[in-house]
Amino acid sequence: MDLATFLVQCLNAVQYGLLLFLVASGLTLIFGIMGVINLAHGSFYMLGAYLAFALAPWFGDWFVTRLVAGVALAAIFGYLLEWAFFSFLYERDHLQQVLLTYALILVFEELRSILVGNDVHGVPAPSWLGGGFRLGSLMEYPWYRVFASAACLVVALALYAVVQKTRLGMMIRAGASNRDMVRGLGVDIRRLYRIVFAGGVALAALAGMIAAPLSSVYPNMGASVLIICFVVVVIGGIGSITGALIASLLVGFVDTFGKVFFAEWSGVGIYLLMAIVLIWRPEGLMKRGF
Amino acid sequence: MSAVLAEVAAPRADSAARPLLEAIRLGRRFRGLAAVDGVTLDVCIGEIHAVIGTNGAGKSTLVNMLSGELAPSAGSVRFAGDDVTRWSQPRRARAGIGRSYQRTTIFGEFSVLENCRLATQANAPHAWRVWQPAARDARGVEIAQRVLAAAGLDGDARRVAATLSHGAKRQLEIAMCLATSPRALLLDEPLAGMGAEETGRMLDLLVALKDDHAILLIEHDMDAVFKVADRITVMVNGQVIASDTPERIRTDRAVQVAYLGEGAGR
Amino acid sequence: MASDAVAGTAVVDSVADVGALPDIARREPGGWLVPAAAALVVAALPFFVSPYGQDLVLRIAVYAIFALSLELLVGATGLVSLGHAAFLGIGAYATVLGSGSDGASLAWLLPLAVAAAAAYAVVVGALSLRTRGVYFIMVTLAFAQMAYFVVHDTKAAGGSDGIFLYAKPTLAIGSTTLVDLGNRAALYYAVLVALAFTYAFIAMLLASRFGHALAGIRVNEQRMRAAGFATTPYKLAAFVVAGALAGLAGFLLAVKDGAVNPELLSWHESGAVLLMLIFGGIGSLRGAVLGAVTFTLLKELFQSEALLGPLAPHWQLTLGLTIIAFVAALPRGLIGIGAQLRALARERAARAARNAA
Repeated sequence: MDLATFLVQCLNAVQYGLLLFLVASGLTLIFGIMGVINLAHGSFYMLGAYLAFALAPWFGDWFVTRLVAGVALAAIFGYLLEWAFFSFLYERDHLQQVLLTYALILVFEELRSILVGNDVHGVPAPSWLGGGFRLGSLMEYPWYRVFASAACLVVALALYAVVQKTRLGMMIRAGASNRDMVRGLGVDIRRLYRIVFAGGVALAALAGMIAAPLSSVYPNMGASVLIICFVVVVIGGIGSITGALIASLLVGFVDTFGKVFFAEWSGVGIYLLMAIVLIWRPEGLMKRGF
Repeated sequence: MSAVLAEVAAPRADSAARPLLEAIRLGRRFRGLAAVDGVTLDVCIGEIHAVIGTNGAGKSTLVNMLSGELAPSAGSVRFAGDDVTRWSQPRRARAGIGRSYQRTTIFGEFSVLENCRLATQANAPHAWRVWQPAARDARGVEIAQRVLAAAGLDGDARRVAATLSHGAKRQLEIAMCLATSPRALLLDEPLAGMGAEETGRMLDLLVALKDDHAILLIEHDMDAVFKVADRITVMVNGQVIASDTPERIRTDRAVQVAYLGEGAGR
Repeated sequence: MASDAVAGTAVVDSVADVGALPDIARREPGGWLVPAAAALVVAALPFFVSPYGQDLVLRIAVYAIFALSLELLVGATGLVSLGHAAFLGIGAYATVLGSGSDGASLAWLLPLAVAAAAAYAVVVGALSLRTRGVYFIMVTLAFAQMAYFVVHDTKAAGGSDGIFLYAKPTLAIGSTTLVDLGNRAALYYAVLVALAFTYAFIAMLLASRFGHALAGIRVNEQRMRAAGFATTPYKLAAFVVAGALAGLAGFLLAVKDGAVNPELLSWHESGAVLLMLIFGGIGSLRGAVLGAVTFTLLKELFQSEALLGPLAPHWQLTLGLTIIAFVAALPRGLIGIGAQLRALARERAARAARNAA
C-alpha cells in the first residue's frame, strides 16, 4: 500500500469514525442520563438522511442552511417524541424498553415506506464542495469528505463545550452519575430529559444528513448504524462522551482497514475488536463518567 | 486507656482464643480518597466484636473488604490461618465467612423456607444432579428448618418472604447467613429500622450465636452495642482511633471527642 | 392457595401459603394436565387440518422450542439476550452444511447441529457474561450480528441467498429406515416430540436445585454470592443450554423448510423471539409456548391479504403498533392477565374502602 492510499484510508477512517461518534454520542447520552436503551436510535440517523434528500430541492446549494434546518426539524421531532412516547419508558425495565423501541423501528420503517417509498436515493453534495484535492499521483480526496469530518469535529467540540462548560452540561453530567440526586435538587428533570433526548435525536439526524451524499439514502440504513453504535458504546463505556469518541475512531479504523485487508470477512472486524475489549476491560475503555 | 491514635486493635484478654478472622493493615483508596486506612483488627470465636463510628467512617468499606466484595488497596485478610485477600466472595462464603447486609437482601418472591434452603445449596454435594427436584433436597430442608427455628421464624416457613414484617425480614437475613454454616459472621447494621421488642429478640439471638461463631457487628444503636459487645473498635475517617472493652471505650477521651456528645455516655 | 406470581414482577398476595414444598412460590393452574391435553390436541390435528395448516402448526411448534430455550435465559435467570437467533441460525446452517448432497443420518446430524450452537454459546456466553444489564443486551446483539456477517459474507455458506437442504436426514439401522424426516407425518410428530422433550426438560431443570439457583441469581445475585455461589458458571451453563436448545429448533427449522438463509440470524429474529416471551408472559413455560402461538398467528394475520386487504403490505406498521399496545397494556403477557385483573380489582376495592372511610 503506498503512502497516498494509506493516507486516504486514514482520512476515510477518521471521517467514518467521527460520523459514528455523532450518532453514538446521542445514544450514550440518552442512556447515560435517562437510562433508556433505544433501539430506534438508528431510525433518527435514517430520518436525517431522508431529510437531506427531502430538503435538497428547497435549499439547493445552501447546504449548511439545509443542515441547520434539518437539525432544527429533527430536534423538534425528538422533543415531541419524548413527550409522546419515551417519557413512558423510563420506569420500565430494559426488556420492555428494548421491545417497545423495536416496535418503534417497525413503525418508522413502515411510515417511511408509505411516505417516501422504498427506492434508494442519491443525494448530491453541494457544488461548492465538489471535486477534491490531489493526494499523490493517482488519488483525489473529495472535499465533501473533508467537510464531513470537519463538521463532525466542530459538533464534537461544541458538545464538549456544552457538557463541560455550561449549566445545562453540568446538569447533564450530574444526571449521568446520579439521576435521583438531580431530581432531588429540584431540577426540572422532565425538561432536562426532553432537551437531552431532542439533542440526541438531532445529533443522529445531523450525522444522517452529512452522510447522505456519501452513502446514499436507502431503507434499513438505520439498522446497521445502530448495531455498530452499540459496539462503540460497549467499547467506550456507557455515558462517556470521551469514551464514545475514542471508541468511534477505533471502530472507524478497524472497519476501514479491515475492508482493505480482509475483504470477505471485514464485517467481523469490529466485533472481534469488541470481544478483545471485553476480555481486557469489561466496563469499557473509560470508567464511568464523562 | 489514653487517647492515642492506635492502629492496632487491642487483643482479647483471653489470649488462648486465636483470632478466626483478621484484617491486617487493611486499606482502600477511591481515586485519592482513603476510605479505609491501615485498619488492623480481629474477631475470635466466642466474641462479638462491634465496630462503631460516625457515618462515612469506612465501616461498610471495611466489611466489604472482609467479605470479599471489594478488593483492598493495601493490607490483607486472614481467615482460619489462610490468607484470603485474593479470594472471591463466594469462595470466602463457602469457607465460612457469612455476611448480612444493611439493606435487606432476602429473596422476596420465595417462601421463607426456600430462602434458607437455597442458601444451603452452595456447599451441598451433588448439586449438579439436575434430575432431582429441589423440593426433595432433604439435607437442605433440614438445615433450613433448623436455622429458621434458631432465628425464631419456624412458624413462618411457608410464607412468602416479602410479606414478613421488617423485623422478621432482618431475622431471615441472619438465618440465611447461618444456613451456609459459617464460622465468622459479618453483620452490617442488623438492627436497622427495628423497634424495641424486635431489637431485644435479635440481640438474644446474637448472644446465643456467639458461643460457636466469631461475630463482627457494625451498628449505630449504641445501647445495643454496649449491651452485647465483648470488644468495641471505633473508626473515624477510615482509621481505628480506639479498640477496647466497652467500659474502657465509654470513658475514652478520643472517642468522646470524635462523637462530640453522641454515643459514649448516652 | 399458591399465588400464580409471574417472575420479574413479583405479585404477592397478602397472606400466601406456598404449600407443602419449599417452592419458588409459583404454581400454574392445572399442573401437568394442561400441557398434556394441548399436546394431544396438536397430535390429532393432521387429521383435521390442511397441509398449509399443518405447516403453520409446525412453524409454531419450532418457534415454541426456540422461545422455550430463551425462557430459560430471560425468565428463569433474568438474562436478556438480544442475540439468541444466532444459535437458531447456527443450528440450521450446521444441519444443511452437514447434510451435504446425500443427506445424513439423524444420529449424528442432530447432535452436530446442537453442538455447533452450543459451541458458539460457550464463546459468546463467556465473553458476554463479563458484562451486565444493558451492556449484556448490546453485546449479545453484537455477537449475533457477527455470526450473521460470517454467514452472509461467506461463499461456502451460500451468501445472502442461503443454501438448500438437498436431502432430509433419516435414521436407519443397517438397511431399515426407522425415521425419515422427509416424510411429512414423520416430521410432524418428530417436531412434536422435540417440543414435548424441550418443555419437560426445561421444567425439570427449573425444578431442580440448579434451576432454583438460577432463580436466586435472577432475584438477587448479590445474596447468592454472599451464600457461596460462584454465579458466573451457573449463568454460563444456562446460556449454553439455552443456545443448545435453540440449535435444536434451528435443526428442525432447516429440515422443515428445506433451506436456510442468513436472515435466520438477524436481529429481527432475535427481537421476534423476545416478543414471543413478553406476549406470552415472562417466567412461565406455558407463556413461552402461548407467546410463540400468538406472535406467529399475529404475524400471519397482519401479512394476510385475504383478511386485511390493503393493510397487508404494511404489516410492519400494524405489528409495531400492536406490540406497543400489548407491551404497554399487558407487560406480564397473556399468562399474567389473571393476576393483573386481580391486582386491578384489589386496587379498586382499596380505593373504594378509602373513599368510604
